Amino acid sequence: MSSISIRNVRKAYGKREVVHGVDLEFADGAFVVILGPSGCGKSTLLRMIAGLEEITAGEIRIGDKVVNRLEPRERGCAMVFQNYALYPHMSVAGNIGYALRVAGVPKAERERRVAEVARVVGLENYLSRRPGELSGGQRQRVAMGRAIVREPKVFLFDEPLSNLDAKLRVQMRAEIRRLHKRLAATSVFVTHDQVEAMTLADTLVVMNGGRVEQVGAPAEVYHRPRTRFVGAFIGAPAMNFIDGTMAADSFTFDGRRVAVEWPFARAHAGRPVALGVRPEQVELVAADSPGALPATVDFVEELGAGRVVYTDIDGLPFAVTLSEETDLAPGERVGLKLLPQSLHFFDGETGLRLGLAESVETSRAAVAAA
Amino acid sequence: MIERTPIFNAVTYAIMLGGLLVVLLPVWMAFTAATQTVEAVNRIPFSFALGDELLTNLGAAWQRGDFGTKLANSFILATGVTLGKVMIAALSAFSIVYFNYRLRTIFFWVIFVTLMLPLEVRIVPTYAIAANALAPLQAILDVTGISALIAVLSGVQVSLQWNLLNSYVGLILPLVATATGTFLYRQFFMTVPDELAEAAKMDGAGAFRFFVEILMPLSRTNMLALATIMFVYAWNQYLWPLLVTTDRGTYGTAIIALKQMVPNPYGGLPDWNVAMAAALIVMLPPVVVVALMQRWFVRGLIATEK
Ligand SMILES: Nc1ncnc2c1ncn2[C@@H]1O[C@H](COP(=O)(O)OP(=O)(O)O)[C@@H](O)[C@H]1O
Ligand SMILES: [Mg+2]
Repeated sequence: MSSISIRNVRKAYGKREVVHGVDLEFADGAFVVILGPSGCGKSTLLRMIAGLEEITAGEIRIGDKVVNRLEPRERGCAMVFQNYALYPHMSVAGNIGYALRVAGVPKAERERRVAEVARVVGLENYLSRRPGELSGGQRQRVAMGRAIVREPKVFLFDEPLSNLDAKLRVQMRAEIRRLHKRLAATSVFVTHDQVEAMTLADTLVVMNGGRVEQVGAPAEVYHRPRTRFVGAFIGAPAMNFIDGTMAADSFTFDGRRVAVEWPFARAHAGRPVALGVRPEQVELVAADSPGALPATVDFVEELGAGRVVYTDIDGLPFAVTLSEETDLAPGERVGLKLLPQSLHFFDGETGLRLGLAESVETSRAAVAAA
Repeated sequence: MIERTPIFNAVTYAIMLGGLLVVLLPVWMAFTAATQTVEAVNRIPFSFALGDELLTNLGAAWQRGDFGTKLANSFILATGVTLGKVMIAALSAFSIVYFNYRLRTIFFWVIFVTLMLPLEVRIVPTYAIAANALAPLQAILDVTGISALIAVLSGVQVSLQWNLLNSYVGLILPLVATATGTFLYRQFFMTVPDELAEAAKMDGAGAFRFFVEILMPLSRTNMLALATIMFVYAWNQYLWPLLVTTDRGTYGTAIIALKQMVPNPYGGLPDWNVAMAAALIVMLPPVVVVALMQRWFVRGLIATEK
């Protein structure tokens, strides 16, 4: 069990830098999920923790030990790979027990521990099978068993569920959660799937282009995205954005005006600002309701439990989710009523969330007081 | 492109049968000749009728060619070359694929170039080295002046000698040093996912352990395919064994013995029946090896195990 501390870590392949100075602190026993689009450097970061990639600059500590120069085996990490990377010529027992065999653990103890781990991951009846004779989910379990058996201080997962079908993925997600509860080892889980990230994480790290965009609890990241990128990346359907200009008591774009109750509006008046609205925080009203933005329905997506209405405001796409049934037809005119206290404002140039320094409570309180 | 039409199939089969005929006809001819008497085999036109002299001819061939010794020599040669080749090829390919060192590209090209320099091309320098395997070292010592220095200091004239002529080592080593196997392994190693090596690293296995416990078992089919090819290749060697062995009674190979049994045209009736019987004897071991290994052989060349 160990905390992980990453200080100003960079990675360059040749001249091309792909991780640009990352600072992170993971508490002992935390379940950290690193989320980001493909190619943002999450695997690279994970592999630097594991010791599979050299660290170009900066420092990584596991526990209180700097591990920059340590071999993978000396770091006390276990890793689960995306394609499982099982040894095809070894049985399930052989795969799970390989690390113990390498470490010279006597046969009797090895067998005992392999059997125990097999029970934990539900493979006790498959110990003599080869990986080729297992289903995807079972292979996944072998990979987990192989990681568990060494009783590592740190678990590293690189998109371990992305090769599974949707249903199995949900199931394995729950199992990973359960396993983490039981073993309580610090876990770092890399994924590009936001649902996976939201459901698994104690701490969520959102990365983009080799940088950390935000670190926080999943709910916090969802409700208070620190950058426009995070707002857009998390949540489905994605957050709607309108680029415009701030005024003292309103937001204007394209000759339209949206009244806002935002304590910092005055401070940013006259500046280019992007307004972000989650599709679930918009009400559909009659087209001519006062204060509503008029829009045209493009199409409606039925999701069973809810539906997404894709509209456009004179060419600007804008999605709205509804929980109730609707008989809206394409081409129909509707009004969009943005809930004033659920608007997000981002700097038009830097994409940074505005009013960040002030806490949610102050702004909420200000809204309530207004 | 895979086409499946009746006509196309028929043509394919016809070509295949034609090929089979071309391959089998000489073998069949050798077999019939080996069953005939010396008069029958010299009759013109050649008759494909089987005679009943097979055992007599085989016996005569065995005696005259001294095949007891010669087959054993060939077997030592072929096995030695096969083992050496399989090991060197696996290790060199492992080095080229899995290690990132500065001279890697250079080594790769040096090995690659040997593909273009088969033994027949470099036979003179190879012979010189076989005559004294330490000659290159001696040359280095002479050129750098170290041997002169030693001579001055100790009065000992450095003159390194290690003669490989008329030895199994001399027969085997030069045939081992080529690149074919390295490339077969390299191609295979490149299909092994990197994560496998990384998983082994995470499990604490060092490079050698990964090589022995994971890569080697995985490349079993490739190894057997390579071994089969190398065995046949080494068995059929003629020029090098001829050059490197002067003491043919002890170190001669079956192929050399077979060549000596080809009747010369100036004697009496040429006894092709005995020569063909000898050919059958010499042919048998590689046929057996290929027959035993062909299952692996084909798999190793066309596909990799999942
Ligand atoms: N071995 C490598 N050599 C060169 N570039 C690499 C290497 N591995 C990854 N990269 C580059 O680094 C960037 C980040 O890769 P990666 O960490 O795998 O992204 P992610 O896992 O977030 O999809 C990508 O642009 C990728 O092309
Ligand atoms: Mg990745």
